[in-house]
Amino acid sequence: MTTFKINGRQVSVKAPEDSPLLWAIRDEIGLKGSKFGCGIGQCGACTVHLDGQAIRSCVTPVAAVAGRAITTIEGLDPKGAHPLQTAWIEAQVPQCGYCQSGQIMQAAALLTTTPHPSDAQIDDAMNGNLCRCMAYVRIKQAIKLAARGKTGAHA
Amino acid sequence: MNAPVNPADQMSDALSRRNFLITLTGAGVALGFAGQAGAAAGGPAGFEPTIWYSLGRDGTVTVNIIRAELGQHVGTAIARIVADELEADWSKVRIRTVDSDAKWGLMVTGGSWSVWQSYPIYSQAGAAGRTVLIEEGARLLGVKPADCVARNSAVHAGKASISYGDIVAKGNLARTFTPEQLAKMPVKPAAERRLIGKPARARDIPGKTNGQGVYGLDATVPGMVYARPKLPPTRYDSTVVAIDDSAAKAVPGYQRSLALDDPSGTVPGWVVVLADSFVAADRAAELVQVTWKSGEAAKVSEADLQKHAADLVADPKAGALVVEDAGVDAAFAGAVSKIEATYTTSTALHFQMEPVNALAFEKDGIFEIHTGNQWQSLVLPWLAKALDRPADKIVMKSYLLGGGFGRRLNGDYAVGAALASKAIGKPVKLVFTRADDSRFDSPRSPTVQVVKMAFGEGGRVTAMDHTAAAGWPTLAMAPFFMPKGANGVAYDPFSVNGADHWYTVGAQRVRAVNNDLANKTFRPGWLRSVGPGWTNWALESFMDEAAHKAGVDPLAFRLKLLDGAGRNAGSGPTAVGGARRQAAVLQKVAAKAGWGKPLPKNTGLGLATTFGQERDMPTWVACAARVRVDPKTGEVKVEKLDLVVDCGIVVNPDGALSQMQGASLWGMSLALFEGTAFKDGQVADTNLGAYTPLRMADVPDLDVEFVASNEPPVGLGEPATTVVGPAIGNAIFSAVGARVRDLPIRADAVLKAMKT
Repeated sequence: MTTFKINGRQVSVKAPEDSPLLWAIRDEIGLKGSKFGCGIGQCGACTVHLDGQAIRSCVTPVAAVAGRAITTIEGLDPKGAHPLQTAWIEAQVPQCGYCQSGQIMQAAALLTTTPHPSDAQIDDAMNGNLCRCMAYVRIKQAIKLAARGKTGAHA
Repeated sequence: MNAPVNPADQMSDALSRRNFLITLTGAGVALGFAGQAGAAAGGPAGFEPTIWYSLGRDGTVTVNIIRAELGQHVGTAIARIVADELEADWSKVRIRTVDSDAKWGLMVTGGSWSVWQSYPIYSQAGAAGRTVLIEEGARLLGVKPADCVARNSAVHAGKASISYGDIVAKGNLARTFTPEQLAKMPVKPAAERRLIGKPARARDIPGKTNGQGVYGLDATVPGMVYARPKLPPTRYDSTVVAIDDSAAKAVPGYQRSLALDDPSGTVPGWVVVLADSFVAADRAAELVQVTWKSGEAAKVSEADLQKHAADLVADPKAGALVVEDAGVDAAFAGAVSKIEATYTTSTALHFQMEPVNALAFEKDGIFEIHTGNQWQSLVLPWLAKALDRPADKIVMKSYLLGGGFGRRLNGDYAVGAALASKAIGKPVKLVFTRADDSRFDSPRSPTVQVVKMAFGEGGRVTAMDHTAAAGWPTLAMAPFFMPKGANGVAYDPFSVNGADHWYTVGAQRVRAVNNDLANKTFRPGWLRSVGPGWTNWALESFMDEAAHKAGVDPLAFRLKLLDGAGRNAGSGPTAVGGARRQAAVLQKVAAKAGWGKPLPKNTGLGLATTFGQERDMPTWVACAARVRVDPKTGEVKVEKLDLVVDCGIVVNPDGALSQMQGASLWGMSLALFEGTAFKDGQVADTNLGAYTPLRMADVPDLDVEFVASNEPPVGLGEPATTVVGPAIGNAIFSAVGARVRDLPIRADAVLKAMKT
């Protein structure tokens, strides 16, 4: 059994310690928002936060998160209204949508450390997240929208 | 001139021929088409026909969508067509993506057909509903229908009004329309549109931002067993000799491995590894040793495929004559000058983000298949044969698709899941890993094309000859969709569309050749835009080469040939305007991009245009690509893509822009970043790192403009995909004088071409 926090809730999973966190989240805990894309940490569809940092849950063994805190797309905001989620709707970002949980989680980690990212910083942070529908123009637009919104809130 | 029957046409006809019914049911008003012409009109059975939308007593309009939601927000687009004509309050409209059922008729999502096919039918259906509601509303209000207007889900007469919900609850709405009556329904003039063409938020988007959207991979049922396939060395000619799972038994949760027995022949040689969890199935599959006996396909390489295609192209007797004008050979024989070039494309993968998967189980005598799929009507007969049960005892439940791009037109994965479930008598969730998905993708076939042009006196174009050889997806999976060429040979229309272009070139020949070695080696797939993905690469690269050969500016050369003469005049409804609309978008994009203006060294501008997918559903697109080439390395950097599109009425402007943005970047990705090769009968690159679609940092400045139009809407999911590659190729030539003829364009090929 491995015990950790997910979206503020304490959970224990039976999955073997070397088992990828992604499948424990999806199939044991039942949170399906994190997706399986490549299984080798290179598409980003499985991105979640580990103590606030974006990680690839498909290549993170369950043992590595023992006693730590995981946040998934379901827990990013209690109402699903994180500034990025709002911006994603505003900019009508998703097409098929399969990668978008990971995109949003990756972008959320970026905005935490870099509230006003430049284009280059966005490219840098987001380049590991593949969007096969190639909605990149809007992903970038939405990140900027959310960043601007933050400025407004703090001003 | 030969005019093959277009499969899209056949489908459209099949839809419109059905009788349309409006009936009062217990739940409300149902508006739909009878499943079979005449069968449903009149009797009580006619009250439960195919239902496209219904209106509840609470005023809720429920629009039934038979198309797969794979990123195009098709439910929103179609529902707005109905709601606009119905004068429904958009906030009261619900979208329901339906499960497979024979009553829906053909269920397929592809070809960029969805809006084009749905528009006339759903407009008329909406208009019919409005007409009946006004008549009945007027009766209930005690006024004349002529004094009433419908607006916002209510019928108004002066200050009096009655809501649609109340009309349903209090009125008598039983009414049947014949196709002739339907065709006369008063579809509103453009100025009266309230939803079509106006900004709208897609209904499927919020669930895609909070993890709540349910994809095929997310489907579960209690007691299900996980499975990962153990795929054979070849697609068709492998049989299982022995399975040794002794090492896999050490994996906790491993259950067993099973060679599938498939009477439908869809999944020959597949083994499934069953376990309590996906992780266990995945790990066990790595340890299970399967011995297969395979045939010749296990040795085939990309080079073998391309050599075979080239040999076939060189044989003038091979293939189907898709266009065969009189006088082609004579024009070439008498030409003042000629030009000929060969173009090739490599194997490309769909690489949709969600690896294919399906959950299958039997419940109450019905076999349920829970999966994302684009062509339920194609898969159901395979499932029926595989499971040895009638198709009406199988249902495919619809889910969001984590990308389609044509991969999920081929529902082979559903067959694997169903067979495994039948064999063990339990629900089975079959999940492919990314590498499994790539290995048994239905990839875009490698292709070889030869294009020739004859010039007469004064540089006049007198003839053109275009031969395209490819693996044919339609032959592999839907041969009933293959028309016959002028020489009586059946061909895959999707493998050659695009070569039958709108340029006036004198005597024209288009020949489609099947690369039979490709069809024996793998299951060729329909990959976003299919044939035009390669035919337009050849055609638009060639038009540039021909212009340079003729010593004419490539824009002027094309515009002169897009004269709208003869068969290129175009006719209604959707092809109205013909080649002149193509000329217009090309001119516009050239002006936007600054065609003819000086550019920095090693920087070039390239043009290309397309009519989209099919001649009778033309989506007119033109692209200007500006690239910078590093002359030392041959590396190509795309700086800007300008696109102009004329797709008739834009039903959902933002959704349309989104499709154009994605499709054009797809085109760029296929041109510069993707491509794999067959090696020993399989694709060599099966995961990221080796197969590298375009990423955010590669995105150029992208500008898409729509031409305002009131012509009927056509398709948008695919057309932009096919202009970007040749525009980039032409820009490279303009930048450094290197002519590249192989897709994807590799830096070393650019360098090599610079030296020749």
